[in-house]
Amino acid sequence: MSAELKRRKAVQEDAVAQYERMIEIREFEEQINGLFASGAIRGTTHLCLGQEALAVGLASVLRPTDIVSATYRGHGIALALGLSPEAVLGEIMGKTIGCCGGVGGSMHLSNMELGLLPTSAIIGGGMPIAAGAALSFQVRKTDDVAVAVFGDGATNIGAFHETLNLASIWNLPVVFICDNNVYGEYSRINLTTPLEDLHLRADSYKMPHFSLDGMEIAAVQKGVTEAVNRARSGGGPTLIEAKTYRFAGHSRADQALYRPEGELEKWQKRDPIKLTEEGLVASGALNAEKIAKIKSDMKTTIEKVVATCQASPEPSLASMFQNIFTPAKAGR
Amino acid sequence: MGTTTPMRFRQAIVNALADEMRADSTVMLFGEDVAEAEGPFKTSEGLLTEFGPLRIRDTPISEMGFTGAAVGAAIMGMKPVVEIMFMEFLGVALDQLVTEAAKMRYLSNGMLSVPMVVRASVGSGLGFGCQHSQTLENWVAATPGLKVVCPSDAQAAYSLMRASIQDPDPVMILEPRILYAERGDVDTSLVLPIGKARVLRKGSDITVVALGQMVNVARNAIEKSGLDVELIDLATVVPWDRETVLASVKKTGRLVVVEEAPKSGGWGSEIVAAATSELFSQLKGAPFRITTPDVPVPYSGVLEARFVPTADDVARQLTESLKSGTTPKSWWELEGLK
Repeated sequence: MSAELKRRKAVQEDAVAQYERMIEIREFEEQINGLFASGAIRGTTHLCLGQEALAVGLASVLRPTDIVSATYRGHGIALALGLSPEAVLGEIMGKTIGCCGGVGGSMHLSNMELGLLPTSAIIGGGMPIAAGAALSFQVRKTDDVAVAVFGDGATNIGAFHETLNLASIWNLPVVFICDNNVYGEYSRINLTTPLEDLHLRADSYKMPHFSLDGMEIAAVQKGVTEAVNRARSGGGPTLIEAKTYRFAGHSRADQALYRPEGELEKWQKRDPIKLTEEGLVASGALNAEKIAKIKSDMKTTIEKVVATCQASPEPSLASMFQNIFTPAKAGR
Repeated sequence: MGTTTPMRFRQAIVNALADEMRADSTVMLFGEDVAEAEGPFKTSEGLLTEFGPLRIRDTPISEMGFTGAAVGAAIMGMKPVVEIMFMEFLGVALDQLVTEAAKMRYLSNGMLSVPMVVRASVGSGLGFGCQHSQTLENWVAATPGLKVVCPSDAQAAYSLMRASIQDPDPVMILEPRILYAERGDVDTSLVLPIGKARVLRKGSDITVVALGQMVNVARNAIEKSGLDVELIDLATVVPWDRETVLASVKKTGRLVVVEEAPKSGGWGSEIVAAATSELFSQLKGAPFRITTPDVPVPYSGVLEARFVPTADDVARQLTESLKSGTTPKSWWELEGLK
């Protein structure tokens, strides 16, 4: 079993491992900020701070043979599904150790062994593709499912509506997860969308739908399991709206000065890491000492990852010419 | 000639939008985060404050919807300017621009005009990866009924914006993102008509035609080469200025086009084809193009810097072509890559 699959298996089995993965994502994203400031990373990046429960909850209930399409805000989902921090950070730093060899960048992470399609930098871009993956499962009669993760802003783009309609009439084994983090780029969702509960949009496609507390990993697991089971058993698609909150700005350039006063602080009281910690302490799985050790060990781990990625070579000029077309080979 | 004021490229865009909005109450601007946030690249700073929410509007992430709304508003007498944050986001709205807007006049027997402007940031060099770094002139340049311009400095950004808004037909403005922060002197009384190229440097050895961020690259290359090159900023891709370009090629007998676009299917092929077929007997050497390779824009900083034509490489090719009389090889051919 590959190291990546082992990482995936860990979060599928153990609540403490799930918590550790959430800490990994948090630490990872915080390191990214520093690396930008030091000039080690260029371009842009979109952090998922505050959205760790959704990423890890999702990864914990899917099989590696299920397919996930996600977005440019994808570091957390990639790590949760099992990509190594080196593969993710290496890609963000444009190094050969990255999952795309450094030609993709922060917005384009993938690993097909773990079921992660290349994340898309186009709003709604991954949704029809997830439906297509589900179509292949339906035709080939497997019981795998496809999951499309997208933001609240995507519910206003044509691809969202076209894909929901198509998935519904074809009864595809696909789960649509709207990660409603309250902001579409720089705009609060209420300024661009006439309804607060985005999952209601599925009604017009006769698709089952519900919202869940995206800050609470158990709620994510319960909701995603319900939808995935429906899809696996031939019951068709579901639209889930995970209510989350983006602790950071839209991208590196965005200080998020448009937030109403106190909004961030209110959501931070429901920080998914804090909530998970409380649950694990209550169940006796963790105590303050163990938590402190997990956090300090993770800091050390991620610092090592940074050093490894910094030492990784730059890609060769030849690498930009690779993987544009499939190499010619004998026909079928 | 009026007085000039130094300003950044993005400020030139803001000023042109503001001046047009002051002059014409039918001009309006909409797009993602252009109002409250004043544009992701700060190209609408202060506009909401001055012109209010009726004319400066944030949109949902719905490019097809708001580009199409611009078509309808334009038909009915408004002059909408829409902003597409990254050129690639036009993909989902292309239908409204090339299939609807560009055909309205034709299909209404000349009854309708569509005086709309679509602005999009384009180009590589900032590490945004292959879905946010293309120039994509070729998506729009083969659409009769649609004009396409691309400014290379603050003056062109200002003057072409005003000309585009005043134009009675749909105009696409490709704004090289890497230039937004560049400073330049702007004369607000200077008119740059759509369809008119700018001769930025007179010369007799070679005619170099460039566009957008490649204009600076070509200018630096010419300085490095020490050659007497005539530099033309094409400025308008459709309809391109045949008169200025062909007159220059007639004079120099040589043509090199510098493009930030893949080798295959670029706008420069059109220029080279026209010069070759119309001035064949007067050419002293084969016209050629310096482009990016036929690959997606790579993310890595090292690769992205090599991907796009550089001043050093353009200077090498200009010098070699003049010395040897043959067409120089691209950097990737020299590296044995394809």
